[in-house]
Amino acid sequence: MAQYVIRRILFAIPTLVVISLIIFAILDLAPGDPTSQLPLTLPAEVREQIRESLGFNDPFIIQWLKWMQLMFINEPLHIIDSIFNTCIGDCESRARIISWSSRAPAVDIIFQRLPQTLWVLGASFVLGILIAIPVGIISAYKQYSAFDNIGTFVTMIGYSAPTFFTGILAIIVFSVWLGWFPSFYDSTLVVNSWDTFLAHVKQMAMPVAVLTLFNTAALSRFTRASVLDNLNEDYVRTARSKGLGETMVVTTHVMRNSLIPVVTLIALQIPGIFAGAIITEQIFRINGLGALLITAIGQADVPMVQTLTFMFAFLIVVFNLIADVTYGILDPRIRYD
Amino acid sequence: MTAQSPILEVKDLETQFHTQDGTVHAVNGVSFDLNSGEFLGVVGESGSGKSVTMMSLLRLIPMPPGKIVAGQAMFEGRDLLTLELEDLRTVRGGRIGFIFQDPLTSLNPVLTIGFQIMESLHIHTKLSDEKREARAIELLQLVGIPGAKKRLESYPHELSGGMRQRVMIAMSLACSPRVIIADEPTTALDVTIQAQIIEIIRDLREKLGTAVIWITHDLGVIAGLADRVLVMYGGLIVEEAPVGELYANPQHPYTEGLLGSIPRLDQKGMQLINIKGQPPSLYQKPDSCPFAPRCPYVFDRCREENPPLLEVKMGHSTACWWDMDNQRPRYGS
Repeated sequence: MAQYVIRRILFAIPTLVVISLIIFAILDLAPGDPTSQLPLTLPAEVREQIRESLGFNDPFIIQWLKWMQLMFINEPLHIIDSIFNTCIGDCESRARIISWSSRAPAVDIIFQRLPQTLWVLGASFVLGILIAIPVGIISAYKQYSAFDNIGTFVTMIGYSAPTFFTGILAIIVFSVWLGWFPSFYDSTLVVNSWDTFLAHVKQMAMPVAVLTLFNTAALSRFTRASVLDNLNEDYVRTARSKGLGETMVVTTHVMRNSLIPVVTLIALQIPGIFAGAIITEQIFRINGLGALLITAIGQADVPMVQTLTFMFAFLIVVFNLIADVTYGILDPRIRYD
Repeated sequence: MTAQSPILEVKDLETQFHTQDGTVHAVNGVSFDLNSGEFLGVVGESGSGKSVTMMSLLRLIPMPPGKIVAGQAMFEGRDLLTLELEDLRTVRGGRIGFIFQDPLTSLNPVLTIGFQIMESLHIHTKLSDEKREARAIELLQLVGIPGAKKRLESYPHELSGGMRQRVMIAMSLACSPRVIIADEPTTALDVTIQAQIIEIIRDLREKLGTAVIWITHDLGVIAGLADRVLVMYGGLIVEEAPVGELYANPQHPYTEGLLGSIPRLDQKGMQLINIKGQPPSLYQKPDSCPFAPRCPYVFDRCREENPPLLEVKMGHSTACWWDMDNQRPRYGS
């Protein structure tokens, strides 16, 4: 197993290099200029100097290699330094990936935006799992019962109604008509008392609910299908023939088998938490990573888009590895050596 | 065979499956006894209701769509068919053990075989952890698995087909049941392994005195094993006889057909008999003899009345209007 993990990590490096090349090439082909957001009154030679200073006029390969150095060496070093309060190398004058629009290091901005995204998406993700798995198991066990039919109906709605519809509907009903929850997310809110905590829960409620509905729908259908597959297996009959009660049959025998693909699916969905929910963040005015990405694209802020996209790619590669390893741990039939 | 009081008495068992296409009458009034320590063979083609009959006894058929409509199954003074589910569970695995056909799919792939054997002991006995493990090792040794202690940690996929079936047998024996129901236990195995498994069961039965119900479609397999044989067709028992008597002197045309369809070394050059036609549709309850459309001896009464299972000789019953020995209709019609 350890050997397999090391091999996979070594494979991940060229994968990431290729991904970075693709991201870089696509964005290089896209029209865009670091000075496009600057006032038109700016003299042409100043614009040229800005371009020169940002290395925009270098050949593609040089730009990419320089960016690779920043992405793979400087930024990780910076993160390590800021976590452990160390200073590796010339930490004072280390070059960073600078956002064209805000002139601040891209990674710093990402870390500012991360908490909002993690709170909202993380909460809806965890809540989604906690609801979806029991619902999926019960729906499968009591197939075609009232519970299953209602569950199927709700998940069908949850899965087919897009968040830009359910989100706006929620705002109209709960913010405009009932006035229970604020219609937008205030990220300047500091939680330091019971009241502010309550306010935080309130402002999270609607975006979390909207995202949870969507997450739960897909995951509970998947769980239901997986449990149904296993309920008709011969080993379930064997378990019953040994005198096991239904609870034991479902928990020890059926769940142990049917949750293996579910756990894998969950692991594969974790990068999505970091990627942010672009549409939901727009609707509820959450200034998370999804909103950041959309803004950066709108402003042709190439370094910011590159950094965000690469970060997602990195997380996807990492969680793919984690999903594979978990699968191997949970299913004894999988051998990696 | 000495006359013993039966430990399992099944009366008029009827099982149906309610499907979208209609009701399937899988078992249509089956009655039989099992004596303690007896080896009972149950033969019949696919869909004859042999497995459903035995699984109905412990209510292991999927319900719904399955439903036990009528009948009684007395075991140790209790009717298994009306017993509370909780009490039935003490019988399942505790007093009556089950061995299934395909040992690969019948074992849970993600649990160790040790866990799966000890699970039964955990439910039905109050043994300590160490004693449970010791018992599991003893059981694996009993069914001839080498390196039993190490094998407890193995997963089913790490064992061969024959070894897996031995594990199934060990599992069913865990709590020393009075009866073992083996549902085509050798069908999924190749011939040499079949022979080994049959040998193991024969041995165990002699050692432990457990009664065995062996379901098969292979008359050859039970010829040397069973004390008594039930022949099933269309959800009914059509013939019941001690094994030697059945083979020497079949009293039902279906049994005769089955025996004729076994290739034999001592009858080289003779043509094998095949039973013409299709197994009966089970969508209707049989009101005439279910075998009539395929029967070479069929006459008017067969299409009007379903013959009851009646004793025609000592210990030999058949459900047929035709008297095979005298080649004339039976019961003076």
